[in-house]
Amino acid sequence: MSEWAADPSYETFVLNMGPQHPATHGALRVKLRMDGEYIVEAEPVLGYIHRMHEKMGENRTYLQFMPNTGRLDYLSALSYNHGYVSAVERAAGITVPERAEYLRVITVELNRISSHLLWVGAFVLDLGGFTPLLYAMDDREQILDLLERVTGSRLTYCYFRFGGLYNDVDDDFEAGARAIVKRMRDKLPMYHNLISKNIILRQRLEGVGPITGEMCRKYGATGPVARGSGIPYDVRRHEPYSVYPELDFDIPVYEQGDSMARYLVRMDEIEQSLRIIEQGLDKMPDGPVMAEKVPKIIKPPKGDYYFAVEAARGSFGVRLVSDGTNTPYRLKLRSPCFSNVSLFGEAARGMLLADAVAMFGSLDLVIPDIDR
Amino acid sequence: MSGYFKEIFDGGKSLLVGLGITFKQMIQPVVTERYPRTAPKMPPRYRGHIDLVRDEEGNNKCIACGMCQRNCPTGCITIKGEKPEGAKKKVLTFYRLDFTTCSLCGICVESCPTDALEFSKEYNLAGYSAGDFVFDLLKRCEERRR
Repeated sequence: MSEWAADPSYETFVLNMGPQHPATHGALRVKLRMDGEYIVEAEPVLGYIHRMHEKMGENRTYLQFMPNTGRLDYLSALSYNHGYVSAVERAAGITVPERAEYLRVITVELNRISSHLLWVGAFVLDLGGFTPLLYAMDDREQILDLLERVTGSRLTYCYFRFGGLYNDVDDDFEAGARAIVKRMRDKLPMYHNLISKNIILRQRLEGVGPITGEMCRKYGATGPVARGSGIPYDVRRHEPYSVYPELDFDIPVYEQGDSMARYLVRMDEIEQSLRIIEQGLDKMPDGPVMAEKVPKIIKPPKGDYYFAVEAARGSFGVRLVSDGTNTPYRLKLRSPCFSNVSLFGEAARGMLLADAVAMFGSLDLVIPDIDR
Repeated sequence: MSGYFKEIFDGGKSLLVGLGITFKQMIQPVVTERYPRTAPKMPPRYRGHIDLVRDEEGNNKCIACGMCQRNCPTGCITIKGEKPEGAKKKVLTFYRLDFTTCSLCGICVESCPTDALEFSKEYNLAGYSAGDFVFDLLKRCEERRR
């Protein structure tokens, strides 16, 4: 806080952004101490939709917790499914057939693209541009239709199972996925022409809301927020899991740390996800999608297990403490949005309110993920 | 000074390019579904609420073992069965699904030993009270028989 703001005779006022605010996309409240249009202090107030997911994990069996994982970050539910099943598989020592792992990766990447597309639309909507939302929704719809044909649901998926998948994909899946890859490749230049190059958007994002790499390390920010600040951290590369080591993809990193960098990271990630899907479809072997010897009641041996995956918003980790019974002793869920929102207070200091809203949108927060 | 005019020129151009894209989109065919007039067709794997499967004779395949009820994460299934005199197997007498708490995870369908459950394709569910979403599946099964 600057000197004049610390002076008690200097007049500031408190402004509440949220809990019901279009830019927070959910029930998140940010308490702002304002000096006119400038923010002196910002404090996110969490917990409005806390649902005790971690506690729920302790009083139900391992399988029964599955539907909960799709309801943390509902926009990339498959990544969360993946993180949880992999954690339990690691604990119980279950090996997954290769085909199932490939299908997991392909569906997760499709889900990542749909999540980023929705974010792009909603983010530009926050900044006052309505049209891109409709185009993004149209493309996202194709992905949701494909995933619906495979998983049976459109948003809160519950598709993965310990040892494999709920069911194998149908014959149309490969053609459908390839059609989406082609469609998105054709559409991406349109997005860049319409959004990335738009002068109004660039003026509002470039150089606005800088987040330094140091700040990301301090608050544990991951995902596109960290990669937009020059930290090349991606769980898929640094703690490889599933079949990611066999796939060739780049980690987009931008050094600027402003809102535009975070936007560009996500746009580039869509391209990389398309590459992953294409390679996955090429390399996917035939075979079973379910491991043969999976016990009906999962009872992992006593111990402490951790598994992290790269969700659309950053590193999602599951820490599982097992006491040998059929329910977890402790289930800690490390959600990326919680860390990403934590740095808002420091980063927003001294910003204009309108710029802070733009920066807030660029963090890509999903509120149920913050309040687990 | 030339940089200033270049910025104005580039900025104006970017806006015109954007307008061109929206204009092109305007003359494209409509992508939205006119929902109440044209009903979407649900894919075969669509997960609606669960329903009892009927065999060739139109009877349900349930043996009232209670696996679905036990495995359900939210406890939205209540079943009752009894053994009629002289019969070998239990017969289902009551199957209630409280759809208000169901999360469509599919664990009940998966855990059923006789494949007696399936997902319905119903998506037009709207009601005025919570009671509208408590389904008597046995009754539904009988009704479909008629």
